[in-house]
Amino acid sequence: MSNFISGGFKAYLYRDLLLSVRDKTDLVKPLIFFLLIAALVPLAIAPEAQRLAKLAPGLIWMLAVLATMLSIERLFSDDLNDGSLEQMLLSPNLLIMPVLGKVTAHWLVIGLPLTLLSPVIGIWFSLPSVAVIPMMLSLVLGTAVLSLIGAVGAALTLPRQGGVLLALLVMPLYMPVLIFGSATIQSAVDGLNWIGPLAMLAAFLAIAIALCPLAITAGLRLAKNG
Amino acid sequence: MAVKNILKVENLAFVRNDLVQFEPISFVLSLGESLHLEGANGSGKTTFFQLLIGMLQPSAGKLYFRDQLFKDCRFEYLSDILFIGHQAGVKSALSVEENLRWMSPDNTTPKQITLALKAVELAHYANIPCHNLSAGQHRRVALARLMTSNASLWYLDEPFAALDKQGVDFIESCMQNHLEKGGSIVFSSHQDLAKMAARRYKLTPFQEQS
Amino acid sequence: MKLNVQWTWFHRLGSPRWFYQKTQRWLPWLSLVMLTLMVTGLVWGLAFAPPDAKQGNSFRIIYLHVPASIVALAGYYFMAIAGAIGLIWRIKLSYMLMRSAAPIGAALTFIALVTGAIWGKPTWGAYWVWDARITSMLILLFLYLGVMALRNTYSNNEVADKAAAILSLVGMVNVPIIYKSVDWWQTLHQSATIKLTGAPSMHPDMFMPLVVMILGFYSFYAVSLFLFTRAEILRRECRTSWVKQLVTHNLVEK
Repeated sequence: MSNFISGGFKAYLYRDLLLSVRDKTDLVKPLIFFLLIAALVPLAIAPEAQRLAKLAPGLIWMLAVLATMLSIERLFSDDLNDGSLEQMLLSPNLLIMPVLGKVTAHWLVIGLPLTLLSPVIGIWFSLPSVAVIPMMLSLVLGTAVLSLIGAVGAALTLPRQGGVLLALLVMPLYMPVLIFGSATIQSAVDGLNWIGPLAMLAAFLAIAIALCPLAITAGLRLAKNG
Repeated sequence: MAVKNILKVENLAFVRNDLVQFEPISFVLSLGESLHLEGANGSGKTTFFQLLIGMLQPSAGKLYFRDQLFKDCRFEYLSDILFIGHQAGVKSALSVEENLRWMSPDNTTPKQITLALKAVELAHYANIPCHNLSAGQHRRVALARLMTSNASLWYLDEPFAALDKQGVDFIESCMQNHLEKGGSIVFSSHQDLAKMAARRYKLTPFQEQS
Repeated sequence: MKLNVQWTWFHRLGSPRWFYQKTQRWLPWLSLVMLTLMVTGLVWGLAFAPPDAKQGNSFRIIYLHVPASIVALAGYYFMAIAGAIGLIWRIKLSYMLMRSAAPIGAALTFIALVTGAIWGKPTWGAYWVWDARITSMLILLFLYLGVMALRNTYSNNEVADKAAAILSLVGMVNVPIIYKSVDWWQTLHQSATIKLTGAPSMHPDMFMPLVVMILGFYSFYAVSLFLFTRAEILRRECRTSWVKQLVTHNLVEK
């Protein structure tokens, strides 16, 4: 097993997954939140299947955004507090590898389970079955982008945590993802071409994987300076 | 050509919030030598360590590692230093042994880990998750790195703070061993060492020129 | 030698003190220009320009709305570029200009949004429509607020500047993306795309006051920027001798 100096993508991915598994509340909290809020929506709006079905694409995506935003804040704060971040920054190797490892671990713990749970929400909101696969595909790609962008916000707000600033920073960046994510589902429901918006999500993912780690590492170094 | 000096610091200065933190620092450290940084609380010792490990960018001055500029040999430099600061760097969800293994070089054998844990009196806690341990015990896990590390240059920021006599003895023997093997150490402390004499360097506040 | 002179000029341009002294001389003239332009534009547009064939008198709000939107967006690019210059060449003055640009831009964006809503109600029946332009303006406001909030997160000034600069640059890329995304979203939903640019060709009698107002808003931006930056300079350089002299000199005079 590698150490903090030689550890790259795999080492940090494995380590963060191990930490999440050991602290089981971390794993389950955002998913429970996802389900709870989803259950509240029909009570707030109307239990009629038609109305819910109209709102379903956007609602599901809003829930994904909220769940990611709430959980991403903790990505680096524990490391900052116990000194692991300092040791991570001391590594002579490229910092983007450990960062990508951590973000991937976050996605595996939050985004992927969300995607797997989404058919349940689809059933709750009377989503037509033709839209289920497009929905899951959009979530698989989109939540990865959300994790990456959220990590940028998490790194930049390390010195003073407290959700609102993080939300303010990442919200403008989440908007295109949200638009095309729910558009994928909506297009599928309407019988239109849903590969187009999905391709946009894939493009966002490619750009995010390329650019976000740079912004994240810059933010982490700034956090230790401030 | 044999390199005599492992570390050379030339007029290193740092500005934070438009305030110069300390009088520019210059010294040379050779192999097998140790340097004791002195200065009142708040004189900038921790900031200086942060500059040394590359966490902060200096506002002025140069840093040479084995006669090469820091920015030219960043990889070799960071691969060959050990830094123990105020924070232990210990993960609560992992066990003592897992934490030490993470912070030790790749080729550390399990036997070496066990020896190190024995030396800091944590051998019985090897498989206990660290959230069951006190802050002082976390610190001991971090200090166990002194036995497993194979870095040439050690940076220790206030290693003796709030330690009992056993702890102080442990660190001092590790330091002595390290120096005998040709390693070098820069450390800060408010007290003098009992077992060995080290060169001193005092950090002074910056004098404004009018 | 030419090379020397260039270097000196660039160096001087980056000096807070030089900026403070120069703006001291420019401000009175610039303020005069601004007042002239604004008053002329307002009076001309609000009182003398002919009423629109379709909208009647309610269109006059564009004399505030359009200039505010234009300068708000231009101001964001100014802020991002100032941040980039600060990051690349490490010029402190550039960072100070960036910091001052944020609250001014935020205020202008807010004015643009409010006046846009006032215009929308009598003209199209709704205070707010989620079309590409309005949504992008709203996101611009959030970006400005984000830059302002971020600098308070870091206690270290130099670090705060860097973080705000990074955020501004990221936002600069993001605004066109959002504009395009919302545009596409609107066409997908086939909602009524309301053209907020008004009539494609404006009568010169209506257009001229608009030009005057735009210039007026630009000069307003410059005046505010200088005032804010001067205050920031005094704050940041408070330990230097020239600032101390300035303050004591003023105190002694009084």
